[in-house]
Amino acid sequence: MELLYASCVGVLVTCGIYLLLRARTFPVVLGLTMISYAVNLFLFSAGRLTINKAVVLGTGADYADPLPQALVLTAIVIGFAMTAFVVILAIRGRADLGNDHVDGHLVKSNNKEHR
Amino acid sequence: MTLLWIPLLSLIGSVISSCTGKLSRNQTTSLTLIAPLCALAIAIYHTPAVLSGETIRYTLNWIPALGMEIAFRLDGLSLLFIFMILGIGSLVIFYTRYYLSSNDSMPKLYSYLMLFMTAMLGIVMSNNVIQLWLFWELTSISSFLLISYWWHKSEARKGARMALAVTGAGGLALLGGLLLLGDIVGSYNLDTILASRVLIQSHDLYELALVLVLLGAFTKSAQFPFHFWLPHAMAAPTPVSAYLHSATMVKAGIFLMARFHPALAGNDTWFILVAMSGLATLLVGAYIALFKHDLKGLLAYSTISHLGLITLLLGLDTELATVAAIFHIINHATFKASLFMATGIIDHETGTRDMRKLNGMWRFMPYTATLAMVAAAAMAGVPLLNGFLSKEMFFAETLHQQVLGSMSWLIPVLATLAAAFSVAYSARFIHDVFFNGDPIDLPKIPHEPPRYMRVPIEILVVLCLLVGMFPNFVVDGILSAASLAVLGDATPEFKLSIWHGFNLPLLMSFIASACGVFIYIQRKHLFQFQASLPAFNAKKTFERVLYSVIKWSQDKIQSTENGSLQRYIVIMLGVVLLCAGWPLFEMGALAGTAPSTPIDFHNAIGAGLLIIGAISTVLWHRSRMVSLLMISIVGLMVSVAFTRFSAPDLALTQLTVEVVTVILLMLALFFLPQRTPKESSSLRILRDLGIASAVGVVVASICYALLTRPLESISDFFVANAKTGGGGTNVVNVILVDFRGFDTLGEITVLGIAALGIYKLLANLPLFMPASDSEGRPWARERYPILLSSISQSLLPLALLVSAYIFLRGHNLPGGGFIAGLVTSIAFILQYMARGSVWITSRFDVNYRKIIASGIAIAMFTGLGSWAFGRPFLTTWFDYFDIPFVGETELASAIIFDLGVYLTVVGATLMILASLGKLTADAPKEEVNI
Repeated sequence: MELLYASCVGVLVTCGIYLLLRARTFPVVLGLTMISYAVNLFLFSAGRLTINKAVVLGTGADYADPLPQALVLTAIVIGFAMTAFVVILAIRGRADLGNDHVDGHLVKSNNKEHR
Repeated sequence: MTLLWIPLLSLIGSVISSCTGKLSRNQTTSLTLIAPLCALAIAIYHTPAVLSGETIRYTLNWIPALGMEIAFRLDGLSLLFIFMILGIGSLVIFYTRYYLSSNDSMPKLYSYLMLFMTAMLGIVMSNNVIQLWLFWELTSISSFLLISYWWHKSEARKGARMALAVTGAGGLALLGGLLLLGDIVGSYNLDTILASRVLIQSHDLYELALVLVLLGAFTKSAQFPFHFWLPHAMAAPTPVSAYLHSATMVKAGIFLMARFHPALAGNDTWFILVAMSGLATLLVGAYIALFKHDLKGLLAYSTISHLGLITLLLGLDTELATVAAIFHIINHATFKASLFMATGIIDHETGTRDMRKLNGMWRFMPYTATLAMVAAAAMAGVPLLNGFLSKEMFFAETLHQQVLGSMSWLIPVLATLAAAFSVAYSARFIHDVFFNGDPIDLPKIPHEPPRYMRVPIEILVVLCLLVGMFPNFVVDGILSAASLAVLGDATPEFKLSIWHGFNLPLLMSFIASACGVFIYIQRKHLFQFQASLPAFNAKKTFERVLYSVIKWSQDKIQSTENGSLQRYIVIMLGVVLLCAGWPLFEMGALAGTAPSTPIDFHNAIGAGLLIIGAISTVLWHRSRMVSLLMISIVGLMVSVAFTRFSAPDLALTQLTVEVVTVILLMLALFFLPQRTPKESSSLRILRDLGIASAVGVVVASICYALLTRPLESISDFFVANAKTGGGGTNVVNVILVDFRGFDTLGEITVLGIAALGIYKLLANLPLFMPASDSEGRPWARERYPILLSSISQSLLPLALLVSAYIFLRGHNLPGGGFIAGLVTSIAFILQYMARGSVWITSRFDVNYRKIIASGIAIAMFTGLGSWAFGRPFLTTWFDYFDIPFVGETELASAIIFDLGVYLTVVGATLMILASLGKLTADAPKEEVNI
């Protein structure tokens, strides 16, 4: 089980980084999203894999580690904020520069067409 | 305590004089003069004690454990410099009032001057070497401002930059030297360092520390080969030159050598370095000064030469040489400041400083001429003037030293030669300017300056005369005290007198004067010879070096930073691989000792879907819509994984965030190209795959290593205290709103900031609206399907009810502000999608920015509220109440905090999505192609 979980994290990281290295904004946003999944899963695994354990006090004797869960919860929300910011940045970049390349060079020749 | 007031007063004075823009010139000057005069009064108040050999200290502890302190001291040497800084400073301020034209900003110059004065006072009074260095740097910066005062002139800017570059570089060297000294001694306190002579000089790093400190001193005091900046600093207004380049700034280096004399001097390294540098400077300065046609240029090189003389004296191995050095510091400051001021008058009244044009000024301004001639005579070392006394002492000491072993006789010979040139340029100053026929093409008809403009010169010239005629009476006390501060117990008995009888120094003086006059008379031949030498322009050379350094670093930057973000990421990932991967090789076994759980069918299916989703996203990433659908599978599987592994809070959050994210990305896709062009070469794809896989393998290995090791967690504390301390049974939520409430406050603030940033990014967005999708198919004509709008409307109250339920139960069961906020947002987004933002805004017009602000404010004030009960920030309170129809219910103040979280999440999410969605509604009707 542990091996499978770690492999999933590894696959997510690999796919995320490959997308991150693309030259256009949208795949990069997808890559970042994928990496944040991987990071969240990784952080969550600090509490180890616990199936069917109690999370609410008084419902069992053996509890799942609540601390990584609390950290990951805020990480998910912050990750959403980051994704949103980056994607809007991409839209703005496209609108201002006329293309969606990550390096943000202005395309002068056909700029007007795009606006 | 009063010691602190000396630099503090001048700092306050700097602020005050910068605010005098509206006042008249006289008022500005008087107001500015108050601070230095008060400081001078404090110094005079301490004089009797200091003259009796006492050292007054004032220490304000800051971080004692690190040896950080604000420490001042006042001994004879400091007092001497304070008198020069404040005395000549006051005279310069007074003189400036008449010098500056009405076009120049007086408050600005005064403010800079006072700032510089503060820095100088700080240097001479510091009792902590780090503090001393800070003031040292402040002199570099304030002198930069002063030299570039006429910033519209290119030469002022270039001169200021050169001075800053040279003295700033020296300052860095000095810092290195002082840190070494502090390290050797174990303290940055000056008293301790000065008392540790044996320890310092026997240390291996002594030579290095000495060279670094001397580099600082030599650059500041324009010692050869760093002398070139001083002549270019003459682009400053003349009062500034009179102050900085005669009495203070260039003397800071001399002061540094005198200050550290007890700790660093007294061995051959010091003698060779200091004496040789001083000797070279003395000769070079005196020689070049003769050929300068600009009056200030002549004075600048003469200053360099005299600084060399003082440095040479400090480098000689007799105690009396040090006394002579201190004596010459006083004398040079008085006659050189008055000469600069006289030059300022001549420049002011004639409009030029060129000695080829300035002739016969005696007829136009006899009174000023007399003053200038007396000062110039003091510079040449004419008897009955102060320059003569220190020069005689200088000659006497060159005869007594043994610095160069059997070649020591060279020093007196070269000293006489330099003195001859000194006489020659002084003669030129007097004869060329005041006699030598008639003026040529003067821009103005010269006349005597305003009466009071001469007063500072008169005071200084009278001082030259008094010191020259009654040395014992005037300077003996302060000179002894200053020497005591430098030499300590080794201070020799000395007696200043005008007449020592016929001896060798007198003969040397006589030879120097005769030769000097001869050189001046025969100057035509020398000038011709000098003109035949290849021209050397220090400014051009300096700038060439500077530009080549800049060019070099620009080339280096461009070769590493070519603007390609992809390349930067690759470099960063490489570093990550190296740092995170390397330790893995050193680890014995990857798998730990914890027992592993078997793979069951459901988990295998989930993991398989997740991996398929992730790989499909990559495979179809050029077709963006498909890859978006694929990545949503991954998100869904992640939330399923959270459910499976006992984290219902996380599963709920992930699920709701997933919905919001996918909607957002779909909206974004509307504004972005639908497809990604094929750009990467096969080689590039291979490289990226390699890097991505390597990082993935490393992360997976670390994750596996982590998972297979036994758990040691601090979570037991949270589990044990959640109910008793936080009043809730959902430990995750109690951690969020109570134990780690401060973190959550920070997090919702970040969320709010991100939302505001997005709001700003979307403002004034130049719109482009695709008329069709990438396949050329037009969008559906029906924008708001009737089925969706009717269902969504009836869903809204239900969704809000669910959200309220999740919110309220959050403290005890999975739920809470984050999740409830996301559910609410999704309910509203559905309305937007079904009806469009125009329809929504007409019925439900809410400013989302205000919601975010109120959310953060509520969370913040809940935290602050605990102060009212004398508790730390964000302490929660809870109790149980019996509410009719509901039964016994627990109420916790944490729920108000959670309300803040809820509102921030709702506001931020809706603002992001609604403002992006609104763009489609606002878009212009005409259709533009992508």
